Amino acid sequence: MKIRVDMAKCETHAQCVFAAPEAFALDDDDELVYDPGPDDGLRAKIEQAALMCPVQAIFIEQG
Amino acid sequence: MRRIAIVGAGLAGFSAGRELRRLGFDGDLTVIGAEPHRPYRRPPLSKEHLLADDDLTLRGADEIGATWMLGRAATGLDLERRAVLVGEAAVAFDGLVIATGLRAKTLREGADLPGVHVLRGLDDARGLRRELGAGPRTVVVGGGFIGSETAATLRGLGLEVTLVTGTPVLRSVLGAEAGAIAEARHREHGVTIRTGRVTGVSGTGRVERVHLDDGRTVPADLVVAALGSEPETEWLRGTGLGGEGGVIVGPDGLAAPGIAAAGDVARWPHPLHSGRTLRIEHYANAAEQGAHAARALLGRTSRYAPLPNFWSHLYGRRLQALGFTGADCDSRLVAREPGHRFIAEYRLRGRLVGVAAAGFASALPEYRRRIAAELA
Ligand SMILES: Cc1cc2nc3c(=O)[nH]c(=O)nc-3n(C[C@H](O)[C@H](O)[C@H](O)COP(=O)(O)OP(=O)(O)OC[C@H]3O[C@@H](n4cnc5c(N)ncnc54)[C@H](O)[C@@H]3O)c2cc1C
Ligand code: SF4
Repeated sequence: MKIRVDMAKCETHAQCVFAAPEAFALDDDDELVYDPGPDDGLRAKIEQAALMCPVQAIFIEQG
Repeated sequence: MRRIAIVGAGLAGFSAGRELRRLGFDGDLTVIGAEPHRPYRRPPLSKEHLLADDDLTLRGADEIGATWMLGRAATGLDLERRAVLVGEAAVAFDGLVIATGLRAKTLREGADLPGVHVLRGLDDARGLRRELGAGPRTVVVGGGFIGSETAATLRGLGLEVTLVTGTPVLRSVLGAEAGAIAEARHREHGVTIRTGRVTGVSGTGRVERVHLDDGRTVPADLVVAALGSEPETEWLRGTGLGGEGGVIVGPDGLAAPGIAAAGDVARWPHPLHSGRTLRIEHYANAAEQGAHAARALLGRTSRYAPLPNFWSHLYGRRLQALGFTGADCDSRLVAREPGHRFIAEYRLRGRLVGVAAAGFASALPEYRRRIAAELA
């Protein structure tokens, strides 16, 4: 699956890191790093992360 | 299970509906919501939303194939007929999710005077925003998260803000050390902090002053009452499901056969809290517990033991808290750096049970592992 995070919106709340640590992490400078093409098996976790992001910065690309 | 009703169109209700569909529930889904709005994000209401009317709608509500009854409050629950009463109408169900959240407590006297506001919903925030030009003297009553944030946001607009609080700012939720940092930041930014208990407000045609229990008054053009909230369970009267402390949910996620509850309204025995019952009034919990309620209704019971997880804003810094951080814990500052960054740790009987941090986001995932391990 393909995902995108709007980095202009992201406030490094780390909710996505808690919900799907396989795809999201924070680096030492408190910046979000993520896998734009996570495994399809992670879909449920990624969808949960997108819901939990307080600023709705996570987009799951269709197709 | 062919018909599922969700009462409360907030984050928990939406999350429940989404999870039901994800798990393959293809029957009728009806969402009943007292507010006229689709599910939206509430946290910005005391923060940036007081500055600009951004769209806070949660994405994806259109995709869950639900019948939305919005602007209609459930007025009762008929357990025998298994139906939610909505005025004259009745919505029959096989499964029910209770997700009605909280209502803001109001001042005992003068709550209806123009110029007096609470902050729980979108319409409250809009009403408050419309009145921001009413005059400069603003009094925020209550030193919890919402009072603290609202004071900071309104101060940022250049208003004269007095924060009246019975207990020191944020102390009950974050303990003495982090509370003192928050209080100092309010003072630096020119917020006047008054300790006292508010008995009411008064004025002729409009609020003019706030009364404290020692007889003093504080002049006010605008008052925001942030006195905390109580579970929205009026509509459950007579069913035995909703008490003052919320809707009690068993370890299986159900409050009664075929009836689940989630979000701010739900109270359950938390395995990480010595099994004592607890309600969590946080965004992340509403999203997670909503999904858990859906699983419970479909018979997929699992343990629900989330680590509480909260954030709050304070003058451009974000405070983040994990685990248990109340005033009953021993708290200690373990890092303090320029730019108002800090980490506070919380212990109960020597065990690390919580952390609060400003500006140390990347330390949190590791804290989360440690706290979860200590509490397990
Ligand atoms: C101003 C403010 C700031 C906040 N800031 C933060 C923050 O920074 N971080 C954080 O983690 N959390 C924050 N929260 C808390 C967070 O927003 C809540 O935990 C979350 O919204 C709970 O979701 P919920 O779905 O359980 O309840 P709600 O979002 O309250 O939704 C319940 C819905 O049910 C409806 N309802 C009530 N009664 C009935 C009825 N009889 N019939 C039909 N519908 C009914 C209500 O109108 C409401 O729309 C904040 C809350 C507020 C009010
Ligand atoms: S939850 Fe949202 S804001 Fe937080 S780090 Fe993830 S994408 Fe950024």
